Amino acid sequence: MVTVAVEILDQDGVNRALTRIAHEIIEKNKGVEDLVVIGIRTGGAYLGEQIQQRINMIESVTVPFGSIDITMYRDDLASRGHLAVGQTDIRFNLDGKRVVLVDDVLFTGRTIRAAMDAVMDLGRPQSIQLAILIDRGHRELPIRPDYVGRNLPTSRNEQIKVDFDEQNIPRAIYLLKG
Amino acid sequence: MNFNPKHILGIKDLSAAEIHFILDSAASFKEINSRQIKKVPTLRGKTIVNLFFEASTRTRTSFEIAGKRLSADTINISASSSSVVKGETLEDTAKNIEAMHPDIIVMRHSASGACDYLAQRLKCSVINAGDGTHEHPSQALLDVFTIRQHKEKIEGLTVTIAGDVTHSRVVRSNIYCLTKLGAKVRVAGPRTMLPPGLEKLGCEVYTDLREAIRDVDCIMMLRIQRERQGKTLIPSLREYARFYGLNPENIKLAKPDVIVLHPGPMNRGVEISSQVADGPHNVILDQVENGVAVRMALLYLVSGGEPLQQN
Repeated sequence: MVTVAVEILDQDGVNRALTRIAHEIIEKNKGVEDLVVIGIRTGGAYLGEQIQQRINMIESVTVPFGSIDITMYRDDLASRGHLAVGQTDIRFNLDGKRVVLVDDVLFTGRTIRAAMDAVMDLGRPQSIQLAILIDRGHRELPIRPDYVGRNLPTSRNEQIKVDFDEQNIPRAIYLLKG
Repeated sequence: MNFNPKHILGIKDLSAAEIHFILDSAASFKEINSRQIKKVPTLRGKTIVNLFFEASTRTRTSFEIAGKRLSADTINISASSSSVVKGETLEDTAKNIEAMHPDIIVMRHSASGACDYLAQRLKCSVINAGDGTHEHPSQALLDVFTIRQHKEKIEGLTVTIAGDVTHSRVVRSNIYCLTKLGAKVRVAGPRTMLPPGLEKLGCEVYTDLREAIRDVDCIMMLRIQRERQGKTLIPSLREYARFYGLNPENIKLAKPDVIVLHPGPMNRGVEISSQVADGPHNVILDQVENGVAVRMALLYLVSGGEPLQQN
């Protein structure tokens, strides 16, 4: 079968979505006090960095940024072999912070469940919010995003691919069919 | 990288890429050990049996902590308190434990090859925590992990391993591990403690410690196994200390940034002087710390299920 790739967002589209999300985060939190951005590795970490940079630029501050690897928190380890574990890199205290979790695609919600457990093991944040570039539906857990780049109804056998360049800057988003 | 081992029995069977994969995984697990809550749910519901037929504090505790930090249930069985003293065979003991459905058995045994023997007969995973004078893979991996942490690479380094080479499983695993990763290995010790055929494993053999440690990057001192053969192979501990002990004088022959490793437990004043053991070159407690991370990685890697079918 031939896989067909349909472009959903081009680079400008991705950039606009990320800029809007950054503004929404600042607006909803009435500023950036206690705000920290945590990206879920690997795609979410790249996007989280982009969002953090935008918040920094808009507010002229430096919001802490970290990345989290959720392999150790997955619920399907028994059925999946040889998953490489990545590194969690969070060099600040999470107690009392407003954590904005960032991921590229929201699908079943299981990754976010695992990420929330991972964050809770590192401290006791005041709140956890969720920023997503593409929400493709098919939730299996009661999880909803606070900030969404684009809602995209998909069928289960389709795939979303976020394309990053060598500097890990998002280039485009594709829907893979077939 | 596709590495999903059922057992970890020795370094000999691993490729360089697989060793690096284990070390990279260990680096990820290391971060957990510095957290306030040192526990992740990765191996929830798994049962790990630490089956130790030989005395061990460090290795057993390290494996137990590693299992607990991954949320597995760990059970320790030592020979002195088990049915072994009542005359049960190794296979019967293991089969009885297996009937209780553990997921991993971590075993130390005085007979070389005991872990391979069990691995062929049991359904669960087996991790070798030291078998006779054969291999001690987790020790070699934590040694190499520690060297990599301090030197940022293994390839191109020169490492001297000195002491009772014949009776050391740590040496054998380390020679395999270091040479596979591209390091040059020198072994040193009195003739009575050097087995024949070491050159075939790809290392240089020295009987003069001072020559052996000249300009090396790492020195790994081995324990004189006083409870085993140590007594009959050397005239006296004092003489051994004089010719084969690492001290503040002879360590100057090595590179200025040399690091000193010891698998423990140390005989202070015999193979290593206290000034060196506590000195600026020692990374001995780093080894112990890294041991937990390396063992977490091993437990994690043998616990992976069948690979998902690519859809």
